[in-house]
Amino acid sequence: MLSYLLRRILAAVPVMGAVAVMIFLLLRLTPGDPAAVIAGENVRPEHLAMIREQLGLNQAIHIQFLSWIARLLQGDFGVSIISGTPVLDMIASRIEPTLSIAITTMLLSVVIAVPLGVLAAAHHGTLIDRIVIAISVIGFSVPVFVIGYALIQVFSVELKWLPVQGFRSITEGIGPFAERIVLPTLTLTLLYIALITRITRTSLLEVLGEDYVRTARAKGIGEVAVLLRHALRNAAVPVITVIGIGLALLITGVVVTESVFNLPGVGRLTIDAVLARDYPVIQAITLLASLLYVVANLLIDLSYVLLDPRIRY
Amino acid sequence: MNTPSPTHAGTIDSRLPILLRYLAANPLIALSGLFLLIAVIAAVFAPLLAPHDPFYVDPVMRLKPASEANLLGTDAFGRDVLSRILYGARISLTIGVGAALLSVALGLTIGLVAGYVRSVDAILMRFVDGMMAIPNVLLAISIVTLVGANLWTVMLAITIPEIPRVIRLVRSVVLSAREEAYVEAAVTLGSSTLHILWRHLMPNTIAPLIVQGSYVCAAAILTESILSFLGAGINPVTPTWGNIMADGRTYFRIMPGLIFWPGLCVSLTILSINLIGDAARDLLDPRMAKRGVGR
Repeated sequence: MLSYLLRRILAAVPVMGAVAVMIFLLLRLTPGDPAAVIAGENVRPEHLAMIREQLGLNQAIHIQFLSWIARLLQGDFGVSIISGTPVLDMIASRIEPTLSIAITTMLLSVVIAVPLGVLAAAHHGTLIDRIVIAISVIGFSVPVFVIGYALIQVFSVELKWLPVQGFRSITEGIGPFAERIVLPTLTLTLLYIALITRITRTSLLEVLGEDYVRTARAKGIGEVAVLLRHALRNAAVPVITVIGIGLALLITGVVVTESVFNLPGVGRLTIDAVLARDYPVIQAITLLASLLYVVANLLIDLSYVLLDPRIRY
Repeated sequence: MNTPSPTHAGTIDSRLPILLRYLAANPLIALSGLFLLIAVIAAVFAPLLAPHDPFYVDPVMRLKPASEANLLGTDAFGRDVLSRILYGARISLTIGVGAALLSVALGLTIGLVAGYVRSVDAILMRFVDGMMAIPNVLLAISIVTLVGANLWTVMLAITIPEIPRVIRLVRSVVLSAREEAYVEAAVTLGSSTLHILWRHLMPNTIAPLIVQGSYVCAAAILTESILSFLGAGINPVTPTWGNIMADGRTYFRIMPGLIFWPGLCVSLTILSINLIGDAARDLLDPRMAKRGVGR
């Protein structure tokens, strides 16, 4: 088992390397002068030179790459062109709203989606199944921001139950915090529910066709126990895999949701950086989000060992 | 022996009733097809159908509610929303179809090589894994920020993150097909690598690629609307569904229609493409239906 864990961890290193190379090359292989695009129109030549200097575009490409990697390893993810603040500090000061809605979304959608998927699989081919499928197809098709504005319209404008936008830190009390986190969480949850419900249903249906399920039924074990103890446990691996893969969707969703609800999080930081053409900030956020994705999926890979004793390489 | 084998026209004639019967049995698919047909017509004939010039700014007509002259009202610049939505269909569908074709073409080429030429596979697949780790919208945002946004750069920025999934799909098909007897026979007979790739391996990828292409198309339309909505997309003056919604954000409380109508168009388009994609998957390969998630 130890060698499996070690091999998995080592396998993640080249992927991280590939991520770094691609994000690095994105700036360097851009046709034309990226510094000019970032600077925008009517820029003074000395300002352009400064941006080029800050992006490190003046050196030879391999020197640029090595010094960039060296700085990354020391925790230096670059400095904003606009404010001169280290990007990591900017992210740290904006992380609370982002983490709040990401975590609540993850929890809520698993709590809702897994039972929905089980329900659909247990009633395969019936009306219940069709309704669950419909929810998941719609969840995939309606853009997150449309859902967000629909929820604002209903719960904030019409019913006046919740504040329209904004964020309060949890340190200011759980009430105001929770009030402002409910709608963003619901907005993001629908997409995630669609993803997890779908995979729970299909992998459960696949498992229900296996011999050991038939054996369990033949032994006279109740249907609920067959579903939950025998089938769901074996369907867990694909479900957890998809939660990891869905992390990319979640990151995108957070950016959009924060923009809709005016939350001062990392997503909002990204959009502000896009509007200000602050490329170092965009680059650092993209890199960190990708590394987060690789690490999270690595952890999920490692968790298979606990979940499924058949996995031994 | 009496008549020559059926011509092309003959096969189409005999297939048409099958299609009609299928659509009658699956009204949801028929509705999706109908909606997409309407969207395509709206896009192609937008200049004829639009009641007003979608670029015409009229300060007097700011944020007017729906009326006979402006069926869906006007936006903050006094532009007719219906006309802008009709023109917006052009951008959305162009980007959706363009991204699907482009990602399939590039992914097919790279995937065939990766699956067949083993020496490049290991390194290539690490890059594919790496690229899949970068969230689509963030990668697209980075590209657009660096090269500037217009129809073509946005299409490219949306296409690039979709390519790795196509590569993986093609590669997996090639990996299983290359063990087949007909491929071994072709190798033994001395066929060129190019010939084997194109004539023997590529045809296996067509069915899954049609399905994957439809998902890319839906995803691209979604991503375009997100980019426009966030202000990272095509120039805000251009009528795209995302841009109309972005313009409508500030005035959402007064004119929810500015977000609702284009939002409905985006959602229905993506929904229709997804439903047809799912149906195509079930029809083309019953085994894929069991496996589910094609994304």
